[in-house]
Formats: sequence, C-alpha cells, structure tokens
Amino acid sequence: MTAAQETLDVTVHRGTTRGARYDRFEVPAHESQTVLDVVSWIQQFADPTLSYRFACRVGMCGSCAMMVNGTPRWTCRTHIKKVAPDGKLLIEPLRNLPVIKDLAADMDPFFDKWTAAEAQHHPSQTRHDPIEAIDPTDATRAEADLGVECINCAICYAACDTVAGNPDYLGPAALQRAWTLLNDSRDDGRQSILDAVSGTGGCHNCHSMGSCAQYCPNELNPMRAIAGLKRETAKSFFKGKRNA
Amino acid sequence: MKAPARSHPLWFAFVLHRVSGLGLALFLPAHFWLLSQALSNPARLDGFLAFAEMPLVKLAEFGLVFLLAVHMFGGLRLLALEFLPWSDRQKTLAAGAVGVAFLISTTFFLKAI
Repeated sequence: MTAAQETLDVTVHRGTTRGARYDRFEVPAHESQTVLDVVSWIQQFADPTLSYRFACRVGMCGSCAMMVNGTPRWTCRTHIKKVAPDGKLLIEPLRNLPVIKDLAADMDPFFDKWTAAEAQHHPSQTRHDPIEAIDPTDATRAEADLGVECINCAICYAACDTVAGNPDYLGPAALQRAWTLLNDSRDDGRQSILDAVSGTGGCHNCHSMGSCAQYCPNELNPMRAIAGLKRETAKSFFKGKRNA
Repeated sequence: MKAPARSHPLWFAFVLHRVSGLGLALFLPAHFWLLSQALSNPARLDGFLAFAEMPLVKLAEFGLVFLLAVHMFGGLRLLALEFLPWSDRQKTLAAGAVGVAFLISTTFFLKAI
C-alpha cells in the first residue's frame, strides 16, 4: 500500500428497497484486506447500525455476497487490492433481490424459485434399501458433479440480466440445481423437474448471455446446465407428441 | 443500482444478435416493398437501383450483409448451444461467427465496388 492509500474511500448503501441513501466512510487500509473486512470494520468501529450478512468467512456458506463496485462478489474472498486498486469502493446489496436493510438482501425470492424449479431431492429409495453404488466415472454422474459445488450465494442471480427483466424467471442457480438432480441416478423426480423448468419462467427464458458463468465465484457454469435442460425439455416435448 | 460489468464476449454476442435481428426486421419490409415495385412501378425501382450505385449506399449494403451473416451464424451457434452436446468453446464460436460474417460481408463489398 502506498501512502496515498492509507485509507479507503468507501460508499455504502443504507436503508431498504423503499428508501435508500449512501453513506461514506474512511476505512484504514491493510495488507490482504477483504471487502468483508472493510464492511466489518465499519460496523465495529464507525457505525454499529450497519446491517449485513456473513457466516463462514472462507467462501463456503454463500451468505456474504454483495455488489462491489457494481459487480456481484463473495466479499469474504474478494481482496480490496484486486477490485479497488485506487482505494474507492461502492458496496451495495445483491442486485435483483429486495433489500431487508443496508447490505442484507432478502433471499426469499431466490429460494422460493429454488423450490419452484423442483430443485429438491426426490428420493427413489428408503433407508431400508441397500446403499446404491454410484459410478463416479459415469458420464451422467460426471455432468451432475459439475454443479454440486454451488453454495447458493445468489451471485449468478444478481448478475443475470434475464432475471432483472423477468421477475418470473427461475434464475441460473435454481435451474442448475434442477439439472444436477436430473442427472443424479438417486433422484426420482425426472418428470416433475422437467415440468417445473419448462413452464413460465423456466429454462427457455435464458438468453445465454453467460453472466452467471462469468461471475460464479466457484467457476461453475449454470449456462451449460440450462442448455442441458433446454435439450432435455425439448426432447421430452417431442417424445410426448409422438406418444399422444 | 448499477448493473454488473457486462464487458464479456458472450454478452456482446447476445447484444449483437439482438441488434442485428432488429436491424433486419426493419430492413425486410422495406426490401419487400421495393421488390414489389418491379411489378407496380418499374420506374421507381430503376430510380432506386441507380441511387443504390452510390458508394455510400454500397457501404450501407456491406453493413446489411454483415448483419445478415452475423445473425445467421450467431443463430447457428445458439442452436448448437441448445441442441447439441455442450461445448466449452462458446466464446471461440461467437468470435468465429463474427469473423465469418466479416469475411462474407467484406467479400461482398469488394465485389460490389
């Protein structure tokens, strides 16, 4: 850090969806400082009324995502040096979601859509059945494995312009989870998943802009998953026609 | 609230596909109307064809052919993305669509002048 950057110039979103303002803080700069460090410093030393959300601080829980200089990021793993070399920061709650207060976005719509996409396990067996062997080299299993590292941080949801333009769109995270379950041999909900993701707000709304894959902190590719859902729903549609 | 930085190749490919589609949607009715003049008012068609010989109109035609080609190859890329097994080379394919469209429209332009 140079002498000019001994403090950071931080602008923080305050208030709710109904009324918002921006407060400015001067925060001492440190080596290896993350955006979450900056937000925590403000809450602990400048303004204890600042509301924000975090838990694990190591990029596993997915609760600390915010807009940092206009880009959705996991703040606990985002170094100031990387995103604000000039020491100027604008920190806002995640885009495309209502705001509870300050930096805490209301995640309800995000998780409601997770449920609406049938992105929950549909058991095919009971606890009394023998444990099913899963072949990790199987192509379908490999496709399912690509999506399992999702931490539900909603960064893809905030990055997506289709979500911004269409409030009904289920969004990249929920659709990727649906695709993962569709490829999981232990899941028994194939038809209900295909029905859920092919309706209004389903996978066919996606314009393949790729912002989800661009900003996913775990480098997953929801666009790939959604393309897979488009393929499977189209196949199932034409099959249905033939059977009718 | 500010939208995230969209300066990545596939977002540009999306915009190019939309803009070229809109451009073509505006162009095609005019195109068909002009063709219809061959039957209803040949003198007007001949007048326009003479106007179309101007260099500036030729340049505009280059743009038009570029839009047509980039919309076609961009559309083929999207069809491949949605109906063929996934390929990780989407950025390369999008760049390829622009490259081929530029090649075709430049060839058209060089032949036209």
